[in-house]
Order: sequence, then C-alpha cells, then structure tokens
Amino acid sequence: MPLTREQIAKRISDEVQDGYTVNLGIGIPTLVANYIPSNKTVMLQSENGLLGMGPFPTEDKIDADLINAGKQTITALPGASFFSSADSFAMIRGGHIDLTVLGAMEVDEEGSIANWMVPGKMIKGMGGAMDLVAGARNVIVAMQHTDKEGNSKLRKKCTLPLTGVKCIKKIVSDFGVIEVTDDGFVLKEYAPDMTAEQVVKATEGKIKISPDCKAMSV
Amino acid sequence: MASNKVYANAKEALAGVDSNMTYLVGGFGLCGIPENCITALRDSGVKNITCVSNNAGVDDFGLGLLLQTRQIKKMLSSYVGENATFEKQFMSGELELEFCPQGTLAERLRAGGAGIPAFYTPTGVGTKIAEGKEVREFNGRQFILEKGITGDFAFVKAWKGDKFGNLIYRKTARNFNPMIATAGKITVAEVEELVEVGELDPDQVHTPGVYIQRIFKSTNLEKRIEQRTVSKK
Repeated sequence: MPLTREQIAKRISDEVQDGYTVNLGIGIPTLVANYIPSNKTVMLQSENGLLGMGPFPTEDKIDADLINAGKQTITALPGASFFSSADSFAMIRGGHIDLTVLGAMEVDEEGSIANWMVPGKMIKGMGGAMDLVAGARNVIVAMQHTDKEGNSKLRKKCTLPLTGVKCIKKIVSDFGVIEVTDDGFVLKEYAPDMTAEQVVKATEGKIKISPDCKAMSV
Repeated sequence: MASNKVYANAKEALAGVDSNMTYLVGGFGLCGIPENCITALRDSGVKNITCVSNNAGVDDFGLGLLLQTRQIKKMLSSYVGENATFEKQFMSGELELEFCPQGTLAERLRAGGAGIPAFYTPTGVGTKIAEGKEVREFNGRQFILEKGITGDFAFVKAWKGDKFGNLIYRKTARNFNPMIATAGKITVAEVEELVEVGELDPDQVHTPGVYIQRIFKSTNLEKRIEQRTVSKK
C-alpha cells in the first residue's frame, strides 16, 4: 500500500531538527506541523508575515488580522514576530529559513520542480513558491509518485513550466523517500508494503537503489 | 502642517484619481486591504486602470468589486486563485494579467519606493518569469533583473495612524502595506484609529508619516475572513 497523506507528513516531520525555522506549504506540507514532537523547538514561518505560527484559534480567539499564507485564521505562539512581506521574503531569499516543504506536480532527476501552472488551464499564480525554492537552504517535496493513470511524476525532465531549477534535494512520495543527487534519483526508503524494485519501475527519471535502502517505518 | 493631510472620508481622500492610472493596493488575501479606498475607487467610475496587488480579492469583496464593474484593465499579482469573475474575464481576454513571484513583488515595491530602479534576484531563474529579462552571474550563481514599481496612487490600511501619517499595522494585516505606502506618488492611508500627533510611540511606528500624503479614518470595516478555521479546545 502506498503511504497516506498523513504518513507522508509524518515521515517528513522526521527531517525537522530541533531549532529549525520551517516554512510549510499548502496541502500535505501543512499536516507536517501535526507530527513535530513537542521536545523539538521549531518556529513555523508563514510568508504573509509571521514567524512563530501556532494552531488554529478557538472560536473566541478568531482574529481577521491574523491569518496564514493559505488565508486561514491562525494563532501566534509566544516568541512570535510580525513583519512585512518584504522582510518575510528577505528571510526566505536570504537563506535564513532552514527548511521548506511544498507540494509538486512534477520533479525531475536534476531536482527541478514544476508546481504552479498547467498550460491551457486557468493559472492561479505562483504565490511565494518560486521565492521559496530559490531561497530556502533545504527544500523537501511532498507529492504523489504517479498520476491517476499511473504515469510517473518523478520525471527525466519536467514537462510542465518550472517553478525552480535544480533546487530539490529530497522527495517524500507515497511510494518512498528519494534523494536527488548529481547522478539522478536515489531511493533511500520504500513504502512498507512495496518493494524497492516496484518504486524504481514506477519512476521515469534515472533512479538508483541506495545500498542502505530499507522499508520505511510508519 | 500635520492637519492638512487629514481627510473626512475615502471619497475626499481619493480626489484626483483618474482612468488609465496605476494603483498600488495593500493587503494579503482579504487581510489588511484598504476597504474604504477600494469602494471609493469603484464609485469614482475610473476605467482602464492597472492594479498592483498581491491578490485580486474575491468575487464580491476587495478588488473583486472593481472586476465586477470591469474597471480594471490589468492586474499585477502573485496569486489570483480565489476569484471566479477574474477567471472569466481573464479567459475571455478582457483582462490583462502579469504574474510576479510574491517575494519579487514585495521587493519591486520596496525598490520603487526606495529609489532603486531595478535589482537582481535568484527567484524565477530558468522559469517563464525570466523570459526577456537580463540574467547575470554573481559568485557562480545566476540572477535575473527585476524592476522597481511605483504607482500614481497607493492605498494602504493600517490599525492606528496619527495626523502626520505615522502608521502602525496590526498582526499579519501588515503584509504588503509598508512597501506600498512608500511607492505611491500620492499615498492614501485609511486607519481604524486616527490619533493626534504625539500619541503614537515613535519606537512603535512602522511607516513614518513622510510617505503618507492623505489619511482618513475607515468607516464600516467588514474585515471579512476568507478561511475561517478553528480548533475545538
């Protein structure tokens, strides 16, 4: 069985180290916050101008002036700070954010990512995604390994318009954990009920099985 | 000197707005948008305008109000996902749209207000956004040249302001407002509380009053919430 959205999020939370500042994108990446253990001190950044984002508010604490980048009402934790969008992206572009987690439609064997437009469809815009992939020190992608027809989304070369070039180091898909190296994809872990060979078969881009490749513990 | 910046309402503060002008509008989603200015701009009847704003509002609120009346000719934004009117007008070719990455947009506005004509950024290198733009290498990495933005008018929303135009924003309603405040030929600020000069702590001021030409107290703010998310406990 491929991993659920929650299992992908939980596995990514293992990558979050104590003391990290992290920006989580919309979708599966948002769920990562639910699995960060309380013994790790982690500051969540929201690119609309908040460092130290907390959970959703209770009904009596809802504040129209306090939202996250997904426009959801949220809270600010002790130690939080508010700032302008220019300051926010100075943080992002300047390499002050340790880790960014975001979703993708395609990633290729060189680590380029496409996640903002499909030609012919209404384009909603890239928001902060291009800045995040260009600036964060480490970018992890949470994604589905294949589309509904079973075609690989881990490509030799992205077919959709790019969000960033050669910027992705690690992917956690529903099939496994894949690192992006100078020599293409390297499979590090595979979903518990799958085999390494099945993941390789489902991947279009150049992929090798790491010598220490193992089944993921979920 | 301070008192001549104060206007009675949005309609009076928007004197001089005209068709074919460029307007910079603060806010992120519906958070921290200059609601009264947007309504007054709609009621002014200006046409063929260009709006620079991170988002385009929703169908019946924010800049969506100016889309309904087809007053906007061109939008410059980073994300316009929440607006069906926008989608319809864009797909039919009525509306021009230029996408700009969010951080680049923030910096272009900051640069515009700070007298910087253009700057190099790593954002968007190798993507559609880089097409037609100058590329230069610094320290072995590629960057693209992006231009500063200024507008004929800038509209911002703040929490508190004094009669000289010093502004304090509240929480994430700050967002694009501080940069936009610096980048208008005429910047109009609407505030929830308008106080006397001397009442704001100078250490707490986010936007110094020099950037603000006109200020008024907002009325009937809706402060609509786009995604109302709550936790049980």
